[in-house]
Amino acid sequence: MYYNVFGEKVSRRRFKEMCEAAKNRRELIAAGLTSRRDLMRMGLLTAGGMLVAKSGLSARAQSTSPATGLPGSNVKTNNPPSSASTTSPGTNQNCVPGNQAASPKTRAFIQPLPIMPLAKTVASLTPTPTEDPNTAAGEVRAAPFQAPLIDATRFPVVPATLYQFNQRQFTTSFSPDLPNQTMWGFDDGTGTRSPGPTYQAFYGKPQLTRNINSLPSITQSNNTGFGMASVTTHLHNAHNPSESDGNPCDFYPAGHFCDQYYPNVLAGFNSTNAPNGDINESLSTLWYHDHRVDFTSQNTYKGLFGFYCLFNSLDTGNETTGFRLPSFPQFDIPLAFNDKVFDPQTGELVFDLFNLDGILGDKFLVNGVIQPFLQVSPRRYRFRLLDPGPSRFYEFFLTGNVGGTGSPTTNPFWLIGTDGNLIPAPVQVQSVRIGPAERVDVIIDFTNFAGQTLYLENRLNQINGQGPVAVDSQLFAQNEPVNTECTTVLANTTPAVRAAGAGDLILQFQVTGPKVADHSLSPTKQKFYSLPTTTDTPRIVRTFKFDRLNGQWSINGQFMDCNTFRFTVQQNSVEHWLLTNLTGDWTHPVHIHLEEHQILNRNRSAPTVPTDQGRKDVTQLHPNERVELFFRFRDWVGKYPIHCHNVVHEDHAMMALWHVEPTGDNVMVP
Amino acid sequence: MQTAWGAKGDAIMPDLSRRKFLTLSAAAPVAPLVAGSLAATILDRAAFSNSSPLPALTSSERARQRIQQQHLPNLPLISHEGKQVLFYDDLIKNKAVTLNFFFTHCDEVCPLVTANLARVQKLLGNQVGRDIHMYSFTLKPEEDTVEVIRKYRQQYGAGPGWTFFTAKPDVIEALRRAIGFSYPDPAVDKDKTQHIGNIRYGNEPLMLWSACPGMASPKWIAETFEWMVHPEQSRVQPS
Repeated sequence: MYYNVFGEKVSRRRFKEMCEAAKNRRELIAAGLTSRRDLMRMGLLTAGGMLVAKSGLSARAQSTSPATGLPGSNVKTNNPPSSASTTSPGTNQNCVPGNQAASPKTRAFIQPLPIMPLAKTVASLTPTPTEDPNTAAGEVRAAPFQAPLIDATRFPVVPATLYQFNQRQFTTSFSPDLPNQTMWGFDDGTGTRSPGPTYQAFYGKPQLTRNINSLPSITQSNNTGFGMASVTTHLHNAHNPSESDGNPCDFYPAGHFCDQYYPNVLAGFNSTNAPNGDINESLSTLWYHDHRVDFTSQNTYKGLFGFYCLFNSLDTGNETTGFRLPSFPQFDIPLAFNDKVFDPQTGELVFDLFNLDGILGDKFLVNGVIQPFLQVSPRRYRFRLLDPGPSRFYEFFLTGNVGGTGSPTTNPFWLIGTDGNLIPAPVQVQSVRIGPAERVDVIIDFTNFAGQTLYLENRLNQINGQGPVAVDSQLFAQNEPVNTECTTVLANTTPAVRAAGAGDLILQFQVTGPKVADHSLSPTKQKFYSLPTTTDTPRIVRTFKFDRLNGQWSINGQFMDCNTFRFTVQQNSVEHWLLTNLTGDWTHPVHIHLEEHQILNRNRSAPTVPTDQGRKDVTQLHPNERVELFFRFRDWVGKYPIHCHNVVHEDHAMMALWHVEPTGDNVMVP
Repeated sequence: MQTAWGAKGDAIMPDLSRRKFLTLSAAAPVAPLVAGSLAATILDRAAFSNSSPLPALTSSERARQRIQQQHLPNLPLISHEGKQVLFYDDLIKNKAVTLNFFFTHCDEVCPLVTANLARVQKLLGNQVGRDIHMYSFTLKPEEDTVEVIRKYRQQYGAGPGWTFFTAKPDVIEALRRAIGFSYPDPAVDKDKTQHIGNIRYGNEPLMLWSACPGMASPKWIAETFEWMVHPEQSRVQPS
């Protein structure tokens, strides 16, 4: 419902006019025109000092035409994808919420999906990596490598597999309809790219990456509007020792580096399931990204992220062996979904640095290109979906018959992994929801769609950075519209999920590839890992109340501080963590480093959504929700964070640090 | 991007008012909010056919202008010393700064944040006023006159380099929104007791901006602010 300042109900259009008028008044103020003399000179003030009832300026003036008459005020309704009024054909977006205008028009499905190359190893590193940080050479690392201290044979200080990743500024194109963009990416020696090169890693083969900050010096004032060129790279969510984890509080500027040791070892290898670890704690799809405290959102938006795929004797990457999942990399493809905002005049990438709630883009990229197409053969594919954020949640459907006679179709596919963890057996689903930092692994079988065109379509409604639209919301959750809303009717009449074909067509599948053999096993027959038991009594149950006090994100009423560790977990013990969201309108994807967790219950009921039922490392905490998580913290000691992964919240700063030590504490409300 | 100021602080449109106005609010090529807006439609288009083209800008220079236009407006303010200033030109341009809001009769968050900032100022020492400038703005200019905020500032032991400001209510409102200190829900946004307690910090020429909770530990806040003065520093906390 909409109300004017007198408390009278007004129509939605009327309310938008009022907001538009308020915006225009602010612009005048911003331009320095606050004096009555100026406003009168421009014929905007009556002699009596009242704003002339000019449509678009005074809240009391009604327009006579459907639009407010001002250029740029597109009244957006739920137009079909071919509508000329949208700047992103195939999507339901025609603006960005908040105080920004729509990005320029771009064409859809004219560029092929980029597939990131596999990361290239190097034969050696100079200087040779050392167990202790090589401070003299410019290394910035918090502690000696832990893994060799446990077992120097299994985990030699210099493992056989080495990478040298330079983080550099580079130029790239997202669309032929936009100018080239300045981004930050990773260079493994074959060129800089974003998303970065995809690691192909193996359990049992430890590796080391030298991450070098070769970004331009911060003091040169050329970050093109956002980004802080001091970095720390986190491998999300490897079972990693603390010194190599990429802690937000350990960062370094250009000219420095950090050697990060990735043991590629299963949880429990030095505790509950020595010596090899618990096979049911296998990780498959991880991602690496910058994690610099207070600037993570800017740096990841600027391109500092990539995939890390972990294989073993079961998830082999070869569809004739092990679980017989589609072969990597030809039929096993990582997909990173970025929503971005571009300046309407220049087409340059922009990031709203002054936003506390979260940022929504109106352009949808996959692997760095706007709305690409992928030619596929009529067989099964594995896709590793990643939402690097900053703040958007997606609900992906496989939609067919778009633009044909009859309605678009919704086609089932298979969920096989949650946050990169293979679930006990594939589950057939109509859709999957994915939020910032989550991963979802799926199998799509194109066998019966030869010659057809399908889409990965996002049908979830989200109108601002706070989170998806809550259908039952009584609150008016919307930024003041500048160029009107991005979806149809707002607030409590907006559907949570849009109809087939009325969402955002993000990735187009052209099933026109050659018919090729498919040796992968049918998902109806596949079985993966068992879920580790969650019946062990926890050593302690800790409570984390996420709240917002006057815009300040807090956890148990306290604020982030790199110098404070809030609690100490006992090495090799079980804990339950209760997460409560007291922040009202915001949905928070909460992430905990070091170990995967399982959701025991949401609001005291067992999880019912398939993506909630596997092992996870990011759990969405919806408004007013309470979630209980099961953790087993093993093997490594040192510092780790818990934080919201709506990276805009993370930066302001919804985060807390904790420790793992041989002896833990009993702080139940850290 | 200057406007001449009259004795009472009202903006006077100088001779090149239209061109200057456009430069202020619609500098080519970026003006996402104002392009096609009321400003352009009500002004005589012929007035700027004589204006010389602006020099070609780099991507970063354009970004800096965009940030200024969208978030750092040149609003007129009055300091606790009674000095009249323009927000962007005098306070922000080419500086490292911190920005926060308060009002003197706020009895929840503001006293804590202001007291915190006083501690932060002591920790930063003589960097404040020289390398970084702290600014606090009242949300209730009707109550918080220059005299009132001068006393308030003194009460909290603020030192030189930390300036308090008041302005016309419309201006304060515009400033608050411009730097992103607002709520999506208009009902909550109107409630001044819910006002944003974060501190926005930035280095304007380097286009580094973020924000931290005003109630966080002063030692941590001070460390955060120092990144704006010494951005090229490493940090590592032994585990």
